[in-house]
Amino acid sequence: MSVAHLIKSFTLWEFVKAHALTLKYFFKPKVTINYPFEKNPLSPRFRGEHALRRYPNGEERCIACKLCEAVCPAQAITIESEPREDGSRRTTRYDIDMTKCIFCGFCQEACPVDAVVEGPNFEYATETREELLYDKAKLLANGDKWERAIAANLEADAPYR
Amino acid sequence: MTEFFQSLGMSYEWAWALATIAGILLIALPLMLAVAMIIYVDRKVWAAINLRRGPNVVGPFGLLQSFADGLKVFLQETIIPSASNKGIFLLAPIVTFTVALAAWAVIPFSAEAVLANINVGLLYILAISSLSVYGVIMAGWASNSKYPFFSAMRASAQMISYEVSIGFILVCVVLYAGTFNLNEIVLSQKGHGFGIVNAYGFNLLLFPMWVMFFISSLAETQRVPFDLTEAESELVAGYQTEYSSMAFALFWLGEYANILLMCMLNAILFWGGWLPPVDWEPLYAVPGIVWILLKTFIFFFFFSWVMATVPRYRYDQLMRLGWKVFLPLSLVFVVLISGYLMATGHYGAAA
Repeated sequence: MSVAHLIKSFTLWEFVKAHALTLKYFFKPKVTINYPFEKNPLSPRFRGEHALRRYPNGEERCIACKLCEAVCPAQAITIESEPREDGSRRTTRYDIDMTKCIFCGFCQEACPVDAVVEGPNFEYATETREELLYDKAKLLANGDKWERAIAANLEADAPYR
Repeated sequence: MTEFFQSLGMSYEWAWALATIAGILLIALPLMLAVAMIIYVDRKVWAAINLRRGPNVVGPFGLLQSFADGLKVFLQETIIPSASNKGIFLLAPIVTFTVALAAWAVIPFSAEAVLANINVGLLYILAISSLSVYGVIMAGWASNSKYPFFSAMRASAQMISYEVSIGFILVCVVLYAGTFNLNEIVLSQKGHGFGIVNAYGFNLLLFPMWVMFFISSLAETQRVPFDLTEAESELVAGYQTEYSSMAFALFWLGEYANILLMCMLNAILFWGGWLPPVDWEPLYAVPGIVWILLKTFIFFFFFSWVMATVPRYRYDQLMRLGWKVFLPLSLVFVVLISGYLMATGHYGAAA
């Protein structure tokens, strides 16, 4: 054991140095964002809560082609359809089980009319499990609520699709 | 305080009993409050060093976080494992908590503010801190679960090992002070360092003792880097694994009360207790309790700082440090200090 080593170990040199370093970090600005009040930026491709969109004239986009139901790897989507009075095919039932969904985004990829999309919202925690079994009314309401953000995101992402 | 109660027309015995109970409450209740706040400080310091924010939602700056946690724990169910030894299982947290509070009886918060100004205060503290092993070992044994049991074994071995070297370190202080009374130990530090500093810490012979005492007090309270008793990766959560609700909270409170006690002992034994840091007349205008609380807080910051900095020791390293480094070193220093005091002939400064 060299003299330098001996002096270092008896003066706890490495501990002193480590503590000086951590003290320096103590005064550094925090990196954590102040979450409920500050939020991280989201990509336009962010896959959050689902929504069913409408055309600007209020007509719902979904044509009940059931491609999303077919492609869904988690089998979270259930669709039933019937012709409406005017003869167009529409869904009578469009359910997404959010507890099954794996947020892969295949449904929005598959949709030929951009009806089902995953919006930017990720703060939809609920107190009961049942509240996460979304039906058509809930999904359409989501679409109405988030339409501006969803449309902006789709437009931002359009050059890359 | 006894005189005050006597002036209300009570007999001496009743006045004394009431005064003592009032004194106990005056120490225990603020202590509980201090523990709640110190847990918050602990979390804030770790968070700051990890570049996090720490609790900042409950109350202003998250100040009420500990009380929210306390309320949550209070509302939970106390689960008693069916295989446990129920009596001892429930007695263990009570013992830990009681013992942690009992040690505070002899702590001088200022020249007058001490509940029991007994002449062997230091021995009393040593005795009580040895007793705290019982709570741990009872908890580990009564849980009837292997990890708490391992943890209790580790904790008791560790606490006993480090008490040995703590004993020798305290002998050094006692040799200098010439008394076991904590108040007199504080007083004997007046102007000790270079004639102006009110601390033993600046004495070249006692400074290494303080460093060892500080490290031993980390081991004694099972803080990082010596928190092998709760080594999460091996032992789940240590001897309190099977505890829930208030029983768990009592362990928690006892642990932090012990940590505060050790911080205060650091301040009292080596850094001048309730004396101002420098022997300068205007500083004595500030009440002694302010100085001792300030010093305790600084030492508590050291405790958290260490926790956020160093990794955990291995158990054999811990034992090696205790028995092969601290024990011989403190023995050497006992000899050195008593030799120095004999040679210069001013041992027992206060006596």
